[in-house]
Amino acid sequence: MSEKHLPLESMHEEAGARFGTFAGWRMPLTYPAGVMKEHLHTRQKAGLFDISHMQLFAVEGRDAAAFLSRACPLDAAALRPGKSKYTLLLNNEAGIIDDLIVTSLGPDRFIVVANAGNATKDEAHFRDISKDFTVRIEALDRVFLALQGPEAESVLLGAGLDLADLTFMTAVEPKANWFAARSGYTGEDGFEIALPPEDAQSFAEKILADERAMWIGLAARDSLRLEAGLCLHGQDLTESIDPVSAAVLWAIPKKLREDGGFVGFETLHGILAAGPKEIRVGLKPEGRQPVRAGVSLRNEAGEVVGRVTSGGFGPSVEHPIAMGYVAKAFSEPGTRLVAEVRGSRIPLSVHPLPFTPHRYRKG
Amino acid sequence: MSKTYFTPDHEWIRVEDGTATVGITDYAQEQLGDLVFVELPQTGKALKKGDAAVVVESVKAASDVYAPVDGEVTEVNEALSSDPALVNTAAMGDGWLWKMTLSDESQLEGLMDEAAYKATIA
Repeated sequence: MSEKHLPLESMHEEAGARFGTFAGWRMPLTYPAGVMKEHLHTRQKAGLFDISHMQLFAVEGRDAAAFLSRACPLDAAALRPGKSKYTLLLNNEAGIIDDLIVTSLGPDRFIVVANAGNATKDEAHFRDISKDFTVRIEALDRVFLALQGPEAESVLLGAGLDLADLTFMTAVEPKANWFAARSGYTGEDGFEIALPPEDAQSFAEKILADERAMWIGLAARDSLRLEAGLCLHGQDLTESIDPVSAAVLWAIPKKLREDGGFVGFETLHGILAAGPKEIRVGLKPEGRQPVRAGVSLRNEAGEVVGRVTSGGFGPSVEHPIAMGYVAKAFSEPGTRLVAEVRGSRIPLSVHPLPFTPHRYRKG
Repeated sequence: MSKTYFTPDHEWIRVEDGTATVGITDYAQEQLGDLVFVELPQTGKALKKGDAAVVVESVKAASDVYAPVDGEVTEVNEALSSDPALVNTAAMGDGWLWKMTLSDESQLEGLMDEAAYKATIA
């Protein structure tokens, strides 16, 4: 399969981006400022991310809400127009195929945002389930930009887009074929804006004309989301991990946990009754050496009790940070564990998530 | 009188009075990005040319730095324990990684001079 290219690739090249492949896309990893400065800039001012590798789907039709409520553990009919919700796509074993944001634009119109690496699989899964419903699923051709950080609202205003009335996890359609939500994946206040490719370059230029905004690459996107305790599908969430173990049960309304009606309910119900065997936790390595994904976690007796699924360095907290799965008995904050990295033993402790407080603009 | 040689893996080795100082090139540090940790070898460790001697870790990934020649580690740059970013700001100077003896000076002949190295990254 050939590498996919972002519509704004030439802008990134002119900005001096260093590229790498992620989920089949040629993506800007860093810009000349470097991951540290990019990360800190986002927390202090406003960072512009090209997330066009993510896929938007329009889900429309008489049965749109019923279809989504079958495909996801979600009460789509209860979503007020303009409201977004984090949800999951589960398989029959309650494994997480993908994590999604679903936004209602009306009783029979929804926007679904899917992860780049899972978009094809998600679409096939959706189409399979949709056979029983009167619903149309359309993959949208959009540039998708995220502007994240405390200055994001004001920078957007300067670029001609007034989104001050939005609160966290609400959305509007500011123009035909545009979609703007107050959401993101950095832990900061911010917005995600999908727009037609032909409108994208001039809009990005308007944002970047403001000195408070700069391009931020995928490397800082990863360190920002990890500090914010947010999961990366493919690492922290997979098809063999269920929502209870993943500690994302909050995404499933309580009533649905009892009543079901969605794919994966039977298995999930069983896991809820029995309790998870392992659970996702934050991890703080001692010292300065990062502990990366794939490393085993041991208790003080040397037995393997877990594994790291994301690990790196947190530029804002100025120490290594990680997330992983540990047996329930070792999941309390403060529990001491050991990782072995290239022959040296690195002590870590279970740490509450997030590492940096969320600064969302709640209503 | 010192002379600096370069490897295709972007290490540099500066030889002065029979001992050598090793680091990574400015090009290499740019490729790696901001370093957050440098795992240094033990003094006295015997290295063969091509051995992974040091691990440099950026925010995102860990990368090996290879011994450019055979020899024994005589000193490591302790300043990097508290300030690994020295490799980013002064790759060819204060951001050096380790010093070593040279078991076989003829191995230097297989390395590149600065002009040849610069041609490979141009």
